[in-house]
Amino acid sequence: MKEGYEVIYKRPKTLLNTRMHYCPGCFHATVHKLLMEVVEEMGIQDKTVGVCPVGCSVFAYDYMDIDMQEAAHGRAAAVATAVKRMLPDRFVFSYQGDGDLAAIGTAETIHACNRGENFTFIFINNGIYGMTGGQMAPTTLEGQKTTTSPHGRDASKVGMPLKMAELVSTLDRVAYVERVSCNSPANARKTKQAIRKAFEIQAKKLGTTFIEVASNCPSGWKCTPVESLNWLKDKAIPYFPLGVFKEPPKE
Amino acid sequence: MGEIKFMKGNEALAEAAIRAGMQGYFGYPITPQSEVVEYLAMEEPKHNYVLIQAESEVASVNMVYGAAAAGARTMTTTSSPGFSLMQEGVSYIACAELPCLFVNVVRGGPGLGTIQASQGDYFQAVKGGGHGDYHLIVLAPNSVQEMVDHCVLGFELADKYRTPVLLLADGSIGQMMEKVVLPDPIPYKPNKPWATTGKNPDRQRNLITSLYIQSEQMEAKNNILQEKYRQITENEIRYEEYNLADAEVVISAFGVTSRVCKKVVDLGRAEGLKVGILRPITLWPFPVKKFEELANQDRVKFFISVEMNVGQMVEDIRLNVNGKKPVYFYGRQGGIIPTPEEILAAVKSHLK
Repeated sequence: MKEGYEVIYKRPKTLLNTRMHYCPGCFHATVHKLLMEVVEEMGIQDKTVGVCPVGCSVFAYDYMDIDMQEAAHGRAAAVATAVKRMLPDRFVFSYQGDGDLAAIGTAETIHACNRGENFTFIFINNGIYGMTGGQMAPTTLEGQKTTTSPHGRDASKVGMPLKMAELVSTLDRVAYVERVSCNSPANARKTKQAIRKAFEIQAKKLGTTFIEVASNCPSGWKCTPVESLNWLKDKAIPYFPLGVFKEPPKE
Repeated sequence: MGEIKFMKGNEALAEAAIRAGMQGYFGYPITPQSEVVEYLAMEEPKHNYVLIQAESEVASVNMVYGAAAAGARTMTTTSSPGFSLMQEGVSYIACAELPCLFVNVVRGGPGLGTIQASQGDYFQAVKGGGHGDYHLIVLAPNSVQEMVDHCVLGFELADKYRTPVLLLADGSIGQMMEKVVLPDPIPYKPNKPWATTGKNPDRQRNLITSLYIQSEQMEAKNNILQEKYRQITENEIRYEEYNLADAEVVISAFGVTSRVCKKVVDLGRAEGLKVGILRPITLWPFPVKKFEELANQDRVKFFISVEMNVGQMVEDIRLNVNGKKPVYFYGRQGGIIPTPEEILAAVKSHLK
């Protein structure tokens, strides 16, 4: 390091130094880094167990230098439930996409939240099935074109996109729900703060913590990364507003 | 020495699990096995195990996945339609090599079927059920005592081979009451360095997965599993013989039908018929060599498989007898347990 300079940006030690498979511009890489920064900064690498989903982040365990389990599609909440119950002093998170958490795994998601399971959901909502090539998700916006809604999502046939953060915040034993995004440096910082806050609430065993990231999918949305940020700002976030939906009472 | 009690099969199983040091139970009520979760719920305050009545069998089996991967001694119990729902998770657990115990207290099918006892899930238990090339170690208890003994044995085998074990019981064994000798509580100290308990600085991260996206890695994983199954086949075949030494007719039956068949043998012997029983206790691995050995005996005239289904284990017997002797079948379905008299009549019909 050159004298007089200081490092202000580096890879957290908990994030493995390997090339990620994610498409350019995808928020997965950003959220992975933020999550691993929180694990490093809280000094909990030896106490953290992650559960990854089926979807684009199926290989999340290739990048995070922590103990991890790969769950069946949609079942991460059930898997994380059992991990946390067996190891109540560990920090447990599930990392899931919208198809995983809000379609095939809806029952597991709702019931884990309703039981108030003391783990953290990291929910990447990009409104599309990325890994399988851009099919309609439960969170695809009305009118949004995908390979299985080529004429645009028709709410009269498939309903409106599911607002999961709002939905789980109605459950009594859910402690903290916030929807964040990574579409600007300021929002990425808020995402990191939200993850840290969720882990701190988890340590206090106050109930389920649920962080929804309004995310993007340039490849699936068939646009450039910059255009995907515009879509988020102009279309997605107005329907999926950012903010805290529930939090523990101030001490 | 163990404690002697008069207990229902499902409750004896639950008590045995507690005594075997079970740390996590995840299940969903379904007749005729709901007494397991009810018993564990009643006993929960006295013990340290985790008990969750899950939202579905799908959730239950995936909770077992998570708990087993976290290093716990864990189990679920269900009945036929519920075990069908679990099959995706069973396949994942087999591939991820997670030790755990499944219990299927079988009821009549297909479909919603009947809540009465059946053995119609033999194929599902021993031929897969879920997708891909895997096996479960399948134990078939025929008494309340064996519900207890196989529960303890099942946990031990699961840990020994890092593999899921299935107790294939049936509604009659789950519901009947018998005298049972319970084991003393076993201190369970897991030694599972592969478990995901948090990465210590002195080791690599632990990963539990069934994903091998590269073809060569998937094939290599299959080779590892097959080598494990070869060792299990070499070491763990269990069966029971009853009056086989001079038997000219070999009855084969598993589970509760094997007990009915003992009466058949006694009735037949009283009439001078040289009848005996070969009862597989492990349905997988199947007692292949014992069937081959009997098929090669000149005195053996034929085999007859007695099952509470339309003929499932009989296919494995035919495979191993390999045309050397006739292999017949007698079965009842829909929850009907065949009587000794009707089975004896079936045996005699082939002697004419």
